[in-house]
Amino acid sequence: MSEALTIEGLVKQFGGLTATDHLSLSVTQGEVHAVIGPNGAGKTTLIGQLTGEITPDAGTIRFAGRDVTGLAVHRRSMLGLARSFQITNVLADFTARANVALAVQAHQGHSFRFWRKAATDPRLIGPAEEHLATVGLADRADVTASSLSHGEQRQLELAMALATRPAMLLLDEPMAGMGPEDSARMVEILKRLKGELTILLVEHDMDAVFALADRITVLVYGRAIATGAPEQIRNDPDVRAAYLGEETGDA
Amino acid sequence: MQMIRVGFIGLVMLALAVVPVVANAIDEPFYVSLFTRMLVLAIAASSLNLVLGYGGMVSFGHAAYLGLGSYVVGIGFYHAANDGMDWALNGWLHLALAVVIPGMAALLIGAISLRTRGVYFIMITLAFSQMLYYFFIGLERYGGDDGLSLWYLSDFGDVMDLNDDSQLYYLAYGLLVLVLFTLYRLVNSRFGMVVRGAKSNERRLMAVGFPTYRYRLVAFGISGAICGVAGFLMANQSEFVSTSEMHWVHSGDLIVMVVLGGMGTLFGPVLGAVGFLMLEQYLPELMEGVCHIIGGESCGIAGEYWKMVFGPLLILIVLFARGGIDGLLQGKVGRNV
Repeated sequence: MSEALTIEGLVKQFGGLTATDHLSLSVTQGEVHAVIGPNGAGKTTLIGQLTGEITPDAGTIRFAGRDVTGLAVHRRSMLGLARSFQITNVLADFTARANVALAVQAHQGHSFRFWRKAATDPRLIGPAEEHLATVGLADRADVTASSLSHGEQRQLELAMALATRPAMLLLDEPMAGMGPEDSARMVEILKRLKGELTILLVEHDMDAVFALADRITVLVYGRAIATGAPEQIRNDPDVRAAYLGEETGDA
Repeated sequence: MQMIRVGFIGLVMLALAVVPVVANAIDEPFYVSLFTRMLVLAIAASSLNLVLGYGGMVSFGHAAYLGLGSYVVGIGFYHAANDGMDWALNGWLHLALAVVIPGMAALLIGAISLRTRGVYFIMITLAFSQMLYYFFIGLERYGGDDGLSLWYLSDFGDVMDLNDDSQLYYLAYGLLVLVLFTLYRLVNSRFGMVVRGAKSNERRLMAVGFPTYRYRLVAFGISGAICGVAGFLMANQSEFVSTSEMHWVHSGDLIVMVVLGGMGTLFGPVLGAVGFLMLEQYLPELMEGVCHIIGGESCGIAGEYWKMVFGPLLILIVLFARGGIDGLLQGKVGRNV
């Protein structure tokens, strides 16, 4: 199987803190690869470097066979690398439909089109409504994003990422702040996407991780201490000591 | 409320359409020039609204584009009057250059300014406009500090005669309608969605794949070009071109008009410009009158302090009328604090 994403020797330091410490990791085409780790393990810093918002100090990131380490955020999106944000990050004063339509628009060539009304353009609205249906928001299309519930906003996040027709999704804690019910719904939605898309999932919710992941990488202090199938990770003594023990302790 | 709003805006546009007819009927030609100024500033404020209201770019230097537009007319006049270059008075040429030159200037200034954010953006746009202001002060040939009195206005041959105040007024009215229609199409187009989206959440827009910088830059250029049209009209209306119109205070006035009328709405800046000039014109008279009624002394100077009333009025609108006059018409009385 081919590699969708390969990270080699990635380093990022913030002052004296090493957030990413010679990290190497590869995500296989079509798999759901979860990255777990305690708070401060450098998970969000890793996502930031993968999307291009944070420039690494050393190392390379290869996506779809091409070195993307120095590529701008929007260029990576064009290559098919989409992300959702840990803290909900939608256009608050746009409707759900307009949010997704804008993401659709981003991948239909340039937007120096000055005259035709975007809100009634079937080439935007059609796909936008499809993606809303995929994440279960079909009947909430006309609601302003800021009026959606937290769980719905997370679903909208996902719809926007899907609307960019990605080859790979970077999901930064898609279940963050969700109750068990919303969380279970999100797992169902992601299960349906499994196989169609390569997914890198950063998540705290262990039930969700073990329900979805094909492979799991455990990050501690910016280093990968283990990578393997869920069962392997569950039984790895280092992981138990560093992470899972702690997790069962406060769960 | 929507009915009231549409009705009110319709009424304002209709009233503006008949100003010269009424003014000539009651033999008060002064009103034509007052209302021409309103239309001109409505165009300028609408251009600023594209970047400020829809794009979230607080340009504190739009007086520069107004000034550049008016200097197109001034410099054309100068060469026609002094060097016998009659073609330099051609009105179509003036109008075209008053779009192109301020538009290019805005693209250049925007290309640098848009790399900054927040207060830095405000300061850098202010700095560029002050640079242009001092550049034209130093340009002795075209009047420098004293400005240029225009004996001839932009020449449109047999099509229209701008020496006729009514014809100038209707040119301004037509251009305002054209500008508003263009802006309406623009802000609702794919391009407009990107510009508005970047105001709402630029980080998200980049994440879905938009190179937001170039869209914001083009919006800034279009805004400067439209503002230049206002400058062209302003020169022909006042029959005078000077650096004072480029002074930063006027950039501030334009922001006030946009905020007063309602940011990010199509007709807000029109209402803002009309409201601003109405207050500037009638608040002094009103204050003088009130002074007489309460039996004050030397009421003649009371009117000079109109800004003491205007200032607090503006603060009240900003604090309590979310969305300015246009917001009030929509019944949005929500507080901003």
